[in-house]
Amino acid sequence: MDASLGGTGTVRVRFFARYAELAGRVEGILAVPLPATVGDVLARARREWPGAAALPAEPLAALNRRQSALDSPVSDGDEVALLPPFAGG
Amino acid sequence: MAHLSTVPLSLSALLSEVAAPQCGGTCVFLGTVRDGPEDGGVTAIEYSAYDAMAEAEFDRILAETRGRWPDARVAAAHRLGLVPAEEASVAIAVAAPHRAEAFAACRYVIEEIKRRLPIWKKELRADGTATWVDPSGHPSMVGPA
Repeated sequence: MDASLGGTGTVRVRFFARYAELAGRVEGILAVPLPATVGDVLARARREWPGAAALPAEPLAALNRRQSALDSPVSDGDEVALLPPFAGG
Repeated sequence: MAHLSTVPLSLSALLSEVAAPQCGGTCVFLGTVRDGPEDGGVTAIEYSAYDAMAEAEFDRILAETRGRWPDARVAAAHRLGLVPAEEASVAIAVAAPHRAEAFAACRYVIEEIKRRLPIWKKELRADGTATWVDPSGHPSMVGPA
């Protein structure tokens, strides 16, 4: 059976730049009931860490180091990153 | 190779990476930390990145560039940490048989870097203030390049 179809998944959540300042942390670990999406992880992060509630409604996100939609499914052991608008160069 | 650097970027290192006898045109782009009349006294920019993703995305951008311009030789680097005004935050070198490809490939790399790399900058000013730069919400902005 696909592990993403039930049980609990442990997801590493990372915050960068201004979002790290808002959240008051650069990372944290969340246990989420599966199945879950990147958006579900974000919603749980907002509840878990009050500063994270100040993030925009639909921030850029990455799943396992690739840009990802908020409705992408997450699995146990995944890394979800919340990314302010890029400003490199 | 690693494209992110916390020490000053070496243009000569990039140039020697791309130099080749079959290349007759080399295009170089440097993005430097700007303190223009409207920038409010920027003394430095502090760059930070999602390192692992930025390195992977950097590799993808360079691979795409080599795919589109197969005869071009490309090298690029982005600096992280505190970069004082005037110093380079990003450097790109492209060598190709002819100049048109070198210019086109170099332009492609800088535009994709700005669009796709998970890198952020905080402007530090002489008055002690610091602000995160949000290109999407601050179109008159500024910053390097």
